[in-house]
Amino acid sequence: MLVLSGVAVIALGFLLRFNPLLVIVVAALATGLAAGLDPLAVLARFGHAFNETRYVTAIYMVLPVIGLLERGGLQARARALVAGLRGLTVGRLLAGYLLFRQIAAALGLTAIAGPAQTVRPLVAPMAEAAAERQGAAAPEQVRALAAATDNIGLFFGEDIFIAIGSILLMKGVLDGYGIHIEPFHLSVWAIPTAVAAFLIHGARLWWLDRRLTRGAA
Amino acid sequence: MIGLGFVYLVAGAFFAGCAVLGIVDRRWANALFHALLALSFFAGDRIGDVGNGVLVLALVATATSGRMRRGEPAAADAPKGPLLILALVIPAAALGGTLLFKQMPTLIDPKQATLVALAMGVLLALALCHRVLRAPPLAGIRAGRRLLDEIGWAAVMPQLLASLGAVFALAGVGDVVGGLAGAAIPAGSVLGAVLVYALGMALFTIVMGNAFAAFPVMAAGVGIPLLVRQFGGDPAPVAAIGMLAGFCGTLLTPMAANFNIVPAALLELKDRYGVIRAQAATALPLLGFNILLLWWVIR
Repeated sequence: MLVLSGVAVIALGFLLRFNPLLVIVVAALATGLAAGLDPLAVLARFGHAFNETRYVTAIYMVLPVIGLLERGGLQARARALVAGLRGLTVGRLLAGYLLFRQIAAALGLTAIAGPAQTVRPLVAPMAEAAAERQGAAAPEQVRALAAATDNIGLFFGEDIFIAIGSILLMKGVLDGYGIHIEPFHLSVWAIPTAVAAFLIHGARLWWLDRRLTRGAA
Repeated sequence: MIGLGFVYLVAGAFFAGCAVLGIVDRRWANALFHALLALSFFAGDRIGDVGNGVLVLALVATATSGRMRRGEPAAADAPKGPLLILALVIPAAALGGTLLFKQMPTLIDPKQATLVALAMGVLLALALCHRVLRAPPLAGIRAGRRLLDEIGWAAVMPQLLASLGAVFALAGVGDVVGGLAGAAIPAGSVLGAVLVYALGMALFTIVMGNAFAAFPVMAAGVGIPLLVRQFGGDPAPVAAIGMLAGFCGTLLTPMAANFNIVPAALLELKDRYGVIRAQAATALPLLGFNILLLWWVIR
């Protein structure tokens, strides 16, 4: 039970709004000490895992391109594109992006879009422009919704692809119990939830459009 | 063979460029932060586990010193040039490169095809941007650094959380959680077991920020012994729907920093939890759907 002290540190740290990086390091130390590990061993394990997961941080290499394009006026151009498409609402735009993201992820193409590559330079400004035209005055929420749509599309699309990490993990764990399953059978069971995710989030987006239309009328 | 090493070289070069420009601009803390990141990308495999641990502590100390400055807003020019097409170069290169590189497994590591394609797409897009937009030589790094400073210390949070997960695994946190979950189920209740399994996946994912850490634990504690062995559930939906219940938890937690906290910083939201707030109304009904689906499949 004592090893759960790290979990308590995390909960408390976030609640009291300490700097999250500090909270994480303290939680790791507390957990390691509670489990009777040598502090140096905890540091080594932490450092090893940090080095192994550098690929997560590598995505920032796209920032120079995004920065240059923004300096050149990309966001204004994305807005102008939306202005030219009369029937485009924020709900329809994001629902279309959701569908694109889910299908791309289901084909294994998870890294072609994301908050740095597509949401900040393109999707968020387009959504903001569409929402503005519909009379909405909360650009922060529209941007947050654009990021949320990207996440939901990714999460509930990728498990349909048979060679994605989570499918391989499930197969590995089940193999450990002597249960042998083809990845295909696991990916098939991701389809109902993918459809439900599209319907639920799509309904919210449709609802948002309706609210904006009413507010403008 | 071209693999992660190439990707790390490209990313490391960007961080190193940021560090040099930071020194030029006398943004010392930011420069140190970026220099440490560059060191990690260039030499991470050579400095040993303890060395990497010390590097992480130095990063955290720099980030929490309160001396890092935010990026200053840059005025955008009037739009000129084929900006939208240039913006699609990276996604298109990632897509095309992934499909192409899978066909040449001897030249390019097939497991890292997308990341390699992404890195090449970045170099191609950067060259095109400089040429087409006639940007001065260091403008790309400078503009990229402004965005990186906007993200600030949140940039390394996903990597730190993954490392915390490794320490949790070493300390056996999962076994304790799995045991607790197993003990919380009323005997013989299929619905009770489904609820504890799916909610346990979501809650443990909220704590760990990652459904991958929760799955082996909940499968061992509830999924395999109860849902599959005792109640005769089909292991495929038990595993797949359980994982997706965990993904619902990922949408709800600041611990999933690269999906929830970094985008909030990247989109310059005042509310650090704005993305999570926008996701909750989709995540909760979807979690309910997963619970009902799993219950219907096993019952």
